[in-house]
Amino acid sequence: MTLHGGQFTTMRIPVETYELDNGLFVTLSEDHTAPIVAVNLWYHVGSVNERVGRTGFAHLFEHMLFQGSAHVGANEHFELIQRAGGTLNGSTWLERTNYFETVPSHQLALALWLEADRMGDLLPAMTQEKLDTQRDVVKNERRWAVDNQPYGTMLEKLQELVFPVTHPFHHSLIGSIEDLSEASLDDIAQFFATYYTPDNAVLSIAGDFEPVEARRFVSEYFGPVPRGKGKPPLPPMNLPRVFGNPLREVVYDDVSLSRLFLAFRSPVFGTREYYAASVASAVLGLRKGSRLHRSLVRDRQIASEAACYTFDLAKGSDLLVVDVTARPEISPTQLEDETEREIDLIYRQGVAAADVNRAVALIETDLISSLQQAGERADRLSMFATYFRNPDLINDQVASYRAVTADRVNALISERFGPDNRASLIYVPRNGVEQEPMLAAAVSAD
Amino acid sequence: MVTVLRPQPAAPRLYRFPRFSEEVLPSGLRLVVAPVDKLPIVTILAIVDAGSTIDPPGKEGLAALTADALLEGTAEFEGAQLTERFEQLGTAVESGADWDSAFIKLTVLAERLEHAATLLGDAISRPVFPEREIERLKAERLAEILQLETEPRGLADEKFAEFLYAAESRYAKPDGGSAESVASLSRADVETFFRNQYSAGSTTVVVAGATTVAAARSVVAKAFGSWPTGIGSKRELLASPRTTVRKVNILNKPDAPQSELRVGHVGLPRKHPDFFSTLVMNAVLGGLFGSRINLNLREVHGYTYGASSYYDWRRGPGPFVVSTAVQSDVTAPALREIFAEIDRIRLEKITEEELSLARDYLDGVFPIRYETTTAIASALANLVIYGLGADYYDTYRTCVREITVDDVLNAAKRHLHPDRLQTVIVGDAAGIKDSVAQLKLGEIELHAI
Repeated sequence: MTLHGGQFTTMRIPVETYELDNGLFVTLSEDHTAPIVAVNLWYHVGSVNERVGRTGFAHLFEHMLFQGSAHVGANEHFELIQRAGGTLNGSTWLERTNYFETVPSHQLALALWLEADRMGDLLPAMTQEKLDTQRDVVKNERRWAVDNQPYGTMLEKLQELVFPVTHPFHHSLIGSIEDLSEASLDDIAQFFATYYTPDNAVLSIAGDFEPVEARRFVSEYFGPVPRGKGKPPLPPMNLPRVFGNPLREVVYDDVSLSRLFLAFRSPVFGTREYYAASVASAVLGLRKGSRLHRSLVRDRQIASEAACYTFDLAKGSDLLVVDVTARPEISPTQLEDETEREIDLIYRQGVAAADVNRAVALIETDLISSLQQAGERADRLSMFATYFRNPDLINDQVASYRAVTADRVNALISERFGPDNRASLIYVPRNGVEQEPMLAAAVSAD
Repeated sequence: MVTVLRPQPAAPRLYRFPRFSEEVLPSGLRLVVAPVDKLPIVTILAIVDAGSTIDPPGKEGLAALTADALLEGTAEFEGAQLTERFEQLGTAVESGADWDSAFIKLTVLAERLEHAATLLGDAISRPVFPEREIERLKAERLAEILQLETEPRGLADEKFAEFLYAAESRYAKPDGGSAESVASLSRADVETFFRNQYSAGSTTVVVAGATTVAAARSVVAKAFGSWPTGIGSKRELLASPRTTVRKVNILNKPDAPQSELRVGHVGLPRKHPDFFSTLVMNAVLGGLFGSRINLNLREVHGYTYGASSYYDWRRGPGPFVVSTAVQSDVTAPALREIFAEIDRIRLEKITEEELSLARDYLDGVFPIRYETTTAIASALANLVIYGLGADYYDTYRTCVREITVDDVLNAAKRHLHPDRLQTVIVGDAAGIKDSVAQLKLGEIELHAI
């Protein structure tokens, strides 16, 4: 199925792993082409671990990790890394929270020391005042990214629509303003003790370093941090392979163009089936030659944009989402009908080998392209280490994608693209569009 | 529990920006090649002196439309077929225009470079600009303009430019054009623009990645061999301010949970002798997380998720702007702090600590900026676009290191103008108007969106 009969250059990233006595899983990946090194920590905690009444807490906590630790002042982490000529940040997702620095290689010790200080000794630096300020910052992040942004509520509305109320993926990642207001310093202490422990984290170092020296820094800084006492089990995450009946929600909002998010339950990240789903999503909506772009944007001119992606969730069920924005003159009903018609067509006829070739070739270039950056390499190593205890999977990605055939994609499509596995979240301009009877009568699923 | 003593840095390792060659091919086309042997990929970036500042008056958006339409078909292939052929090679070719140039770029596995470059050459040498695709691209741009009405960030940026520059300045209108100007564009306009601007003498092709100079030269000479020689026409840029006194423009978004704020004035052209002192000055003012404006608005007051300032560097004087979004009820206090920070950095010297933070950051982060073939290609393109000189990236870090607190003070005094600051707010006028008026930031004008 390759275009050039297997003349691909083999690319292999060196991967070395070991574990400290306290359970910290460490991955080292050397590359001396530039004097740059990336440090990347994944904590296996995200919004799925939040308790009732504390939505948004995992993310608020991420902000507090930049407010200092026993030997580091508020915002000093940022200052020290930038002073060292480095870049840094953190992010929170449903299943994990990550923290990362890319620094000139002679500053590796500093980045590791800062991460270790906050993993080992965060609480002495936590104050009510800092919590209050970061709560305000996060509320403003919510207003900025969600409430005052067209389609900004998409993620939380989709989660609510497609995951059952009791499922840990159901609730909002950024959280409600009310829940954020309730978070206390006690919550901080408890969350820290439960989840921010070496045995619930992985550390990746990628780039220009000497392994013996890097191991010495890691032992010296992270070695003394005590192992955790275990974390509470998550509620059952498994879900049926399909929704069962169609789910639908209409949101009248302050947007200019109707936009449809059509979601499908799909195989969890990293499984053999996942790769077929990932290729299916690229066939449908990656770049301008994709099926949806070609048909809805170029040929029929119903949409101004069309894309498709997977969420890459590693537990329970992943989501595959078709994302189509209407042309101004197209009604939301038309948008929905035409998109579903396109999906029906693919469901009935399947995709061709050429579709799959195109998708896999694009994915491969993107993959190799992104691995040029030390920070990106380190983040992927952490991801495979966190989810599968096997960072070497980074080297299997190209092969896993190349092994996907049209038959495998079509098997996935026939299992997952039927009418019993579709959830529509549709945004409709609040002003200007008459409320069509069908939309007005729509009932949101529970 | 953790070692208290902070680690000291080791000796820094030498870094050099990738070596590159530069030559002019017989057709007049300039070729820049940076062989970078890291991963088996290559980026090709062609830049043409056909950016948005060349748009004829009333035809704003023509440069962008022409660049977008380049890949919509040749005599041989329709646009969809071309796209398919590129993507089967695992590369998504992109074209577009910014203020100073049009560009076409792709990144591809090294072994497919020749194939992709040949296809690229075919596509852009003889585009046919099908009427139907031109009309579709116009409709997509019009949809984008409509989207902006409900997108406070983009709307604030666009309105800020409109209120900043004189109406006859190209910078006053969006680079992609306005609804009126885009609607007026025709296929004939696109074809004429292409004929006038796209020629070998106005084009530079940058190749960066796993290739050699000889291989890149052969590929580019073949792919771009049939471009007409000659140089595209020029147009003088007007970039005068709309007003020289302070003014506040409020775009009313009733019940908005936040106010999008833009404060600034016309800035400096990219090739200005004070570039480095202004760069460092801005880093201290609002360019870094640890800058005065961000620490003040975010970390001291919790008004915002983030606040920053920047100079938008272009060939002509682009905007200097402070940009943030704050919760609606603190709009006036946030503006007061922004104005106070701009005053403060002009009145007293920054501390050595502040200087070293900015300087060490800009110096140290330099290698991290050029990890990818696309970043290297784009840096090399900037040398050409702004006429920066071949040793620019080799001397950059020294230039940054030489800046002193006095240089920063001088840059602030010369290049920040508190008496001319323009303020644009996208927010709930009823809730914020009175408190903003008390700050006396200039005459207030209200607008519907």
